[in-house]
Amino acid sequence: MERRSFLKWAGLGALGTAAAPLATAIQKSAPHVQPAAGELKAKRWAMVIDTRKCLKERGCTKCIEACDQGHNVPYLFPGRRLPLLSNPKHEVKWDWKEPFDHVFPELSGPFLEPAKKEEPTLVMCNHCDDPPCVRVCPTQATFKRADGIVMQDLHRCIGCRYCMVACPFGSRSFNWEDPRQYFAPWTPGEPEANPDFPTRTKGVVEKCTFCAERLDVGEMPLCVEACAKVFAPLGTSPAMTFGDRDDPKSPVAQILRTANVVRRKPELGTSPNVFYIL
Amino acid sequence: MYDTGKILGGLAIFVVLITAPAWYALATGHRGAPPKLELPAGADGKHCIESSSFMRAEHMQLLDDWRDSAVRGLDRDYLAADGETYRINLSDTRQSGACFRCHSHPAQFCDKCHAYLGVEPYCWDCHQRPGEK
Repeated sequence: MERRSFLKWAGLGALGTAAAPLATAIQKSAPHVQPAAGELKAKRWAMVIDTRKCLKERGCTKCIEACDQGHNVPYLFPGRRLPLLSNPKHEVKWDWKEPFDHVFPELSGPFLEPAKKEEPTLVMCNHCDDPPCVRVCPTQATFKRADGIVMQDLHRCIGCRYCMVACPFGSRSFNWEDPRQYFAPWTPGEPEANPDFPTRTKGVVEKCTFCAERLDVGEMPLCVEACAKVFAPLGTSPAMTFGDRDDPKSPVAQILRTANVVRRKPELGTSPNVFYIL
Repeated sequence: MYDTGKILGGLAIFVVLITAPAWYALATGHRGAPPKLELPAGADGKHCIESSSFMRAEHMQLLDDWRDSAVRGLDRDYLAADGETYRINLSDTRQSGACFRCHSHPAQFCDKCHAYLGVEPYCWDCHQRPGEK
């Protein structure tokens, strides 16, 4: 065999041996996952809370209850039903009510009526455009999804609590105790842990996720659904409106265009996506 | 050879120790038979969402991929090799791909192999198993 043709054949042979791994690689890179059929999509999810409507239903905590039950958030603080915690600072909060002058200290001031100052106002994670919690997370356990939701991958959380320090809204809670002890044994008549949603474990930080797991399969957030149920019999639109901030046709965008909305601590530049009508 | 007795004695002890598990198994009758799994009702024993051989070898990788695509990637549908689409989930039995939709007794399935192989996955620290608290 000539040297030249030997080299040609050898080259062809080498190419052939490379083909098999290449084929496997291509097969492996083929998409095996895709967005769920019927998922709710948005460029930027946002929430509007009309506190005037909340006030009409004074004392209503349906949104919080729906969230806590759906997401297995232990009912840990006074006024709740399940066993009380040894230390109220161990409370886990996804959405909760906070006195008005804590929520909007700059709008409170010395001349505001004391009753108004103490008025409980619904708060939750603001899913900021520029979330400080995401910036500080050393493991990227918390991250911003393409649709604006500040999400947590609890598999990665090492419980360092940097995010809790970074969040200016106190929206993050650390599991100082094993949350499961608050789900069993059950007091008769109390709601059970929701088996469809994971609990957390001791030593991770958690927060509101705008119900990302529901949006991805075509359902609205639990609090928004609960709020709609409260207001449906009254014939008015609910206090909570949820939708795509960047879609001009969405109800949220329409409210943002027409109403006077405020955000918490706008001076910090995190650009929250929970808006309030006061 | 120097110290023949010590060396041979040491070697004998070494051989006994290294083969001890085999002797133990012979003596106690624990032959390490592979665990008998309780298959989900109606299962043909050959087919999960992928083939049994694939699931046996790759389920941990599959679950890892599922976790990343659902939690980090917004992709919640899984395309199986046979063209079926499953909704990625572990425990929410309303979703088509939920493991516990079929494997409703993980103690009779998951745990048996895990115990046999001495694997202790910590999935259950957070994810709830059907019928258990």
